[in-house]
Amino acid sequence: MKILVCISHVPDTTSKINFTEEDTRFDTNGVQFVINPNDEYGLTRAIWFKEKQGATVHVVNVGGQETEPTLRKALAIGADEAIRVNTTPSDSFYVANQLAAVVKEENYDLIFAGRESIDYNGGSVPGMLAKLTGSNFVNTCIGIEVEGDKVTATREIDGGKETLSTSFPLVLGAQKGLVQEADLKIPNMRGIMQARTKPLHVKDAVDAPQLTQIVKFEKPAPKGAVKLAGSVDELIDLLHNEAKVI
Amino acid sequence: MVLVYTESENGKFKKTAFEAVSYAKGIADKLGTQVTAVAINSNDVSSLGKYGASKVLQVSNEQLNNFNAVAYADVVSQAAKKENAQVVIISSSANEKYMAPLLAVNLEAGYVGNVISLPESTEPFQVKSTVFSNKAFAVTQIDTPVKLIGLSKNAYGLHENETAATTESFSPQLSQDDFNTKVISVDLSTDKVTIADADIVVSGGRGLKGPENWGMIEELAEVLGAATACSKPVSDMGWRPHSEHVGQTGKPVASNLYIAIGISGAIQHLAGVNASKVKVVINNDPEAPFFKAADYGIVGDAFEVVPKLTEKLKAFKAQNV
Repeated sequence: MKILVCISHVPDTTSKINFTEEDTRFDTNGVQFVINPNDEYGLTRAIWFKEKQGATVHVVNVGGQETEPTLRKALAIGADEAIRVNTTPSDSFYVANQLAAVVKEENYDLIFAGRESIDYNGGSVPGMLAKLTGSNFVNTCIGIEVEGDKVTATREIDGGKETLSTSFPLVLGAQKGLVQEADLKIPNMRGIMQARTKPLHVKDAVDAPQLTQIVKFEKPAPKGAVKLAGSVDELIDLLHNEAKVI
Repeated sequence: MVLVYTESENGKFKKTAFEAVSYAKGIADKLGTQVTAVAINSNDVSSLGKYGASKVLQVSNEQLNNFNAVAYADVVSQAAKKENAQVVIISSSANEKYMAPLLAVNLEAGYVGNVISLPESTEPFQVKSTVFSNKAFAVTQIDTPVKLIGLSKNAYGLHENETAATTESFSPQLSQDDFNTKVISVDLSTDKVTIADADIVVSGGRGLKGPENWGMIEELAEVLGAATACSKPVSDMGWRPHSEHVGQTGKPVASNLYIAIGISGAIQHLAGVNASKVKVVINNDPEAPFFKAADYGIVGDAFEVVPKLTEKLKAFKAQNV
């Protein structure tokens, strides 16, 4: 089984969000970048397949050289090879096309991508990639089992879950629940040393259109102070007469 | 023409479908055109006229009884092509977010999800959405002839706009390839209102000390007709199912009222619930970060405050039916 894990290089979840260049660019100053959490769930499951069912695992990122430490971390966690498509990830359709080119070249069976990146929250790369490569697609994926050519996936739905039968090639939109939190791997020294010598291929981008562009960012207006209620009666009164939500 | 997909469940439209039609009508007015809705296996399609649809394409097909992202995306894109739609509107349920990117590729449409308001301009076409897990907004320009917009729940609201809607039955062309991925079983963890659909969400955190104390959360939720939710540590420790985890890596919440009980308010939790209109915090620690993000709060012991609140709300509900 050949597995590809798509890795987004995103600000750590505790990062302060600020913008520069007249609010047209995210301010990376002082920001720590990490593997997108939803991608990390997919990576962890991919490594499980490698260890238990003998899969090879490649990771890919679409981005500039600054994302290489994030790819090295994925290698340290256990991926075999990394690919970086050397371009600016301008919008989701453009990124999906870059990934599709990688998928078509290497013929992966199973492709993990996060349900969404925690920065732009677009949530569209996995589905677009599936459509562009003619692969099956399961989003908000919280379970994947492979037995021969029988593939069963579980998806979180509003109010529960749903089990699906599907087949390779398959793109999964990974999310929390796909693996246990305790199984998320922190790279150990041996992994980090090995990662230094594992292949990291840099590829040129393919031509693809950009369909959308962010013209500016805004920050929410500062919030007023909390109103503290001295009693539950007062709280009920505020929610009924002032907020009008009950 | 503006095309809107109207999601239903067991034949009944969801509230978000009416919100999507309201929004579609708002865009259609800006563009000087009309709204066509497409509905799959829904009864009572005439109710869509109330919010401004002037035509409804009604699809009835047993193969579509279970949601299937590929097939549903094909239905909606065929409807959009038939109607020559310039703009296509969907909402933000798990199913719609699943089909959105497939639909975007089908229509060669630029797609923006989590949209919160009518376009700032239609020429060029620019819409505002939430990004960075509700910590910021982006104004995005869509440069394609067909635009696809995913509307955030509860962001635009319902706007009545009584319109005489005509109904037309619509039979899309579906193939075997649409059904390569098949539902084997569905497992609903709750027969109550879901976090996605709820107007009110009651959420508990580590301050509740253990899963055995969730009775009072459920009682409060029941009085309010609310869904129950929890913070990440609570689901990680197995006190509550993963499906109840709300926050940056869990489910997003965009309810009218969010009540956080014994939740300190880590930045990742707040990111996931910030889209809620009114936030209430009950916590015995006045320094808990949630107090900075909340609209209303009570500093007090949840074990005393919550049962009292439930009791008083019962009396309040009895008086205000």
